[in-house]
Amino acid sequence: MEITRKDASAEAPGSRSSLAAGIDILRKDLLRNKYIYLMMLPGFLYYIVFHYIPMYGATIAFKQFTPAAGIWDSPWVGFKHFQDFFKSYYFWRIIKNTLLINLYSLLFGFPAPILLALLLNEVRKMWFKKTVQTLTYLPHFVSVMIICGLIVDFTSKNGLINDIIVWFGGTRDNLLMKAELFRTIFVSSGIWQEIGWGSIIYLAALSGIDQELYDAANIDGAGRFRQILSVTLPGIMPTIIILLILRIGHMMDVGFEKIILLYNPSTYETADVISSFVYRKGIVDANYSYSSAIGLFNSLINFVLLIGANKLSKKFSDSSLW
Amino acid sequence: MKRSVGEIVFDTANAIILCALTVATLYPFLYVAFASVSSPTELSGHHGLLLAPIGIQWEAYKLVLQNPLILSGYKNTLIYVSVGTTLNVIVTALMAYALSRKGVLLRNHIMMFIVFTMFFGGGLIPTYLLVKGMGMLNSIGAMVLPGLIGTMNLIIMRTYFQGIPEALEESARLDGAGDWVILFRIILPLSMPVISVMILYYGVGHWNAWFNASIYLNKSELFPLQLVLRNILIANSTDDMMVTLGVNQKGQDMSEVIKYTTIMVATVPVLIVYPFLQKYFAKGVMIGAIKG
Repeated sequence: MEITRKDASAEAPGSRSSLAAGIDILRKDLLRNKYIYLMMLPGFLYYIVFHYIPMYGATIAFKQFTPAAGIWDSPWVGFKHFQDFFKSYYFWRIIKNTLLINLYSLLFGFPAPILLALLLNEVRKMWFKKTVQTLTYLPHFVSVMIICGLIVDFTSKNGLINDIIVWFGGTRDNLLMKAELFRTIFVSSGIWQEIGWGSIIYLAALSGIDQELYDAANIDGAGRFRQILSVTLPGIMPTIIILLILRIGHMMDVGFEKIILLYNPSTYETADVISSFVYRKGIVDANYSYSSAIGLFNSLINFVLLIGANKLSKKFSDSSLW
Repeated sequence: MKRSVGEIVFDTANAIILCALTVATLYPFLYVAFASVSSPTELSGHHGLLLAPIGIQWEAYKLVLQNPLILSGYKNTLIYVSVGTTLNVIVTALMAYALSRKGVLLRNHIMMFIVFTMFFGGGLIPTYLLVKGMGMLNSIGAMVLPGLIGTMNLIIMRTYFQGIPEALEESARLDGAGDWVILFRIILPLSMPVISVMILYYGVGHWNAWFNASIYLNKSELFPLQLVLRNILIANSTDDMMVTLGVNQKGQDMSEVIKYTTIMVATVPVLIVYPFLQKYFAKGVMIGAIKG
């Protein structure tokens, strides 16, 4: 799997001759492929406007932005907002929350679809396998709003989950108001929603495993469980690693919408993450520069994580993103 | 081949686990469906699992389906989904085709320029300020343009186009076809699988979108369904709804049932479309992942 393709046809112009010759080649190309460039135009403009202009806009993290002055004319303040953020009471809290929520999602959420795929792979009756698959995909397509509506309702004081807790001799409580439960609710509902969908890709990888390996393992006397460990798992390992890298690269920004919908002041202590903090400080409190500084900090961590994860994967396995 | 005892135990345990998982996935939706037609007073006295509706009533559905906010939410969502998805697919397809052509000098540079945005971005606030600065607040533009191209989708489509045999294109060129003809008469007709997947991905995205709406729109008559849902399901303001409907305060009980009914009304379209889309799911993930 590769994200970028290197292509021999696109050597840098001017690498062998002078700059003028390069420009000449480029002009001929623009003329010859004018319709191609015309087709690119809307998309190109989209990337300039909605991706690169905001990158320029991110400079307000280093400025004292006021809407009246605009981005260009607001005065520079250097790293003031970053320093304010690093020194603030919230810094460690949201870093800790972001890391923990993601770590738990990774720890429990990442293996779940793999397990499901392994179990499904062992099912011999096709109709059963298909039915389970179809039904477990379903929650993936239900909007985060509905999912959160269900969570709010089921965890409320008179909700279903409390009914079950009472059966087992517990006491009723509004579970979403309890800071210590937020992560559990967040992570487990995430698994519930995505386990089926996540398993598709592993099932695809599983279908590519050579059947003869199983026959060989069978002759060697390996039972079903042994076969899973020695044939199936190694067979999908490259897929697992690639998905793990992608996942780690986005460690810091998972589930932001769900958090905004589910948290409340009494759970900020464990629920508030970098992106929800950015949203609150920026959009709700209109603290634009401060919020952008935090957003930028977040992007940088993500970037470093992705590069790091890719390096690690290159070192320990043959699979990598680039 | 005869199955050993171990095999039988293994298969049975496996089937039980999978059944339990399926039930756990589906039951919340069943619960909501039962509750939405249950009598409010009986439901409020009921605790625990619901295995069938208790005391049928359809009043809540009447209330919800007459609610002006829900109706305008539906209408707006349909507009955002259709306009948005159409633009998404057209612009993505054009760009993907252009980037898939060999021998175009700048295409790899432009590809780098695009892929870079997957790793780094300006963030929420600068994007918000941009949209605001362009005067797009409270307009459909804010719902459609900031997500015009999903970069992953672009890559998927480009890879798919690259997989189409070049000989087809070459022979068309000999017959005098230009890039537009090649794209519309050869490439696109051969790309229906990937295009349907794109429609699915972008369409589901627009159907479920609420965050952009919540920051870029503040007129409730422009709200998509999901944002209307937020006020009812999360912010817990069914009272507003009862007031807009001119219904007398029937207490907490009725508003609970209205919530369930709202969930149903917003989920049923997904359930209806689901069987038709289902065959594309696996294909979509495959195209995206294996070649991506």
